[in-house]
Amino acid sequence: MQPQPVTANVPLFETINVSKAFGGFKALSDISFSVRADEFVSIVGPNGAGKTTLVNVVTGLLRPTSGEVRFLGRDISGVGPVELARLGMSRAFQLVNIFPALTVRETLAVAIASRLRRASNPFRSLKRDGVLQADAERVADVLGLRSKLDKVASTLSQGEKKLLDIASAFALNPAVILLDEPTSGVSTADKHVIMEVLVEAARAAGIRAIVQVEHDMDLVERYSHRIVALQGGSLLADMAPRAFFADPAMIAAVVGTRAKL
Amino acid sequence: MSHSSIEIAPPATLRRTMSLNGIGVLLALIVVMALLPFVASPYVLLLMLPFVGYGIALLGFNLLFGTTGLLSFGHALFLGVGAYTAAVFTSKLSILSFEIILVVSALLSGLIALLIGALCVRYTKIFFGMLTLAFGMLFHSFLYKFYAVTGGDQGMRVLRPLLLGMEWRGGKTAFLTGPFYYYTLVLFAGMGLAMWRITQSPFGLHLRAIRENAGKAAYVGVEIFRMRLSAFVISAIYGGIGGVILAVTTGLADPELAYWTHSGNLVFMAVLGGSGTFAGPAIGALAFVMLQDFVMAITQYWRFVMGGILVLLVVFMPRGLAGTVELLLSRRGREA
Repeated sequence: MQPQPVTANVPLFETINVSKAFGGFKALSDISFSVRADEFVSIVGPNGAGKTTLVNVVTGLLRPTSGEVRFLGRDISGVGPVELARLGMSRAFQLVNIFPALTVRETLAVAIASRLRRASNPFRSLKRDGVLQADAERVADVLGLRSKLDKVASTLSQGEKKLLDIASAFALNPAVILLDEPTSGVSTADKHVIMEVLVEAARAAGIRAIVQVEHDMDLVERYSHRIVALQGGSLLADMAPRAFFADPAMIAAVVGTRAKL
Repeated sequence: MSHSSIEIAPPATLRRTMSLNGIGVLLALIVVMALLPFVASPYVLLLMLPFVGYGIALLGFNLLFGTTGLLSFGHALFLGVGAYTAAVFTSKLSILSFEIILVVSALLSGLIALLIGALCVRYTKIFFGMLTLAFGMLFHSFLYKFYAVTGGDQGMRVLRPLLLGMEWRGGKTAFLTGPFYYYTLVLFAGMGLAMWRITQSPFGLHLRAIRENAGKAAYVGVEIFRMRLSAFVISAIYGGIGGVILAVTTGLADPELAYWTHSGNLVFMAVLGGSGTFAGPAIGALAFVMLQDFVMAITQYWRFVMGGILVLLVVFMPRGLAGTVELLLSRRGREA
């Protein structure tokens, strides 16, 4: 299902006064922010600020205690991952998250088969499905995995696994993609390669917005259009990178000192 | 832009032609079995019939275990459903058509799987195993205690069915090793081909994705519950049909067929043959049937010996017979 077109001023998705409590612990309080078309938004904050909780709420893994999450004008609080994928929001995870025994081609085919609704007939051939196979190759091309199509995922390098994880999120043709530390656990040299591939691929694949959680301030500064900073579960800032990095107080609040991580 | 920084050395390639992980091995086995009546004694042929029954059941069992990653300890329930359907139809209802019995037991097994699967597949690992075990035991108690309906520990007789609407003359052995043998062999090949298609479909791919990483699968749109339940139902249908063949072969539907140790035997066969390959579990069924026959002939402590073999197997051949052969072949392929 293709997402509905949206005008530039209507947010692709937004959270409205979202709070999330785990027992007595308030992980998020009253967070409102929005993401518009063609934006690359970074969510930053020290450990325990609530970044991952926010992504989990936004992607329907957790239901907010109060408040609303809207995607393309529709309340999606707690809809669950399958419905979310169908609506056009996909997610890649902080830790490498692959199907170890499947090849790159098969991994992409899993996502494409769900998007094309191919999985309900158990007697349909996977190999002879030209549309599905061509699409797997297209996505692999976009993320530079073409030469790895028939490699088993567990034999890939760490950087390639990360790309594969992201590629399978891309294969859903989402409107918005959420990346939880897309470069964590990857060497510094690979980080920039991955980010370059990612941004280029998102453009080529027609993804309308990227939201990432990121610790590496170099990457945040270089790629974001906007920074959403969290501290202790509350919204600290929602501003352009230039303004953010010009404010020593902001940087100190988020990373202590401006050290490279 | 260069991707050189994330290149890795290519891993040694597996030779596809040497793979046991195809339908070819199973079909070759079936062809050999088709030629067997020309050379083998009726005793051997009679031994092949339980293999066909278990082979079909194991194809289904492995869709659940090997492909989807769900280990059932109650799968004998469906063999029981098939066996008792054959018994009720032939000896109570006097409906002797083998085709009707097959269709009804498939439908019944599928329906029962739909009902209990709706609960069981919400859980995985040991919880799934325990729930399936519990349902298996419930069904066994039902067969055992409802004497009036099921004959209790006596079981129920299964009369000779009509194949393709025809009555076959001759003694029991002539029937079983002749028309019935070939009939079930064709059924085995057909159900093997159907299962092969299932594993090679996008549906089968989604099942493998669930086995590999269910959390991620959900995020790429895989409907976990629906897929697991479908796999459960399909595996039950295969179990039911396998049960019909077993019951016709012995002429008896016995509550032991649905007992939990019988479920354990199914797991044994899958592990023995190797659940990681397509034909492995069927090969495991063959090895199990022959091994059991051999060991039972030499000692009354055959369960003890079979247990010992299982221990050795898990320790030294965790991929089972087919998996080990495949590993050896791929090693040789790499050296060559």
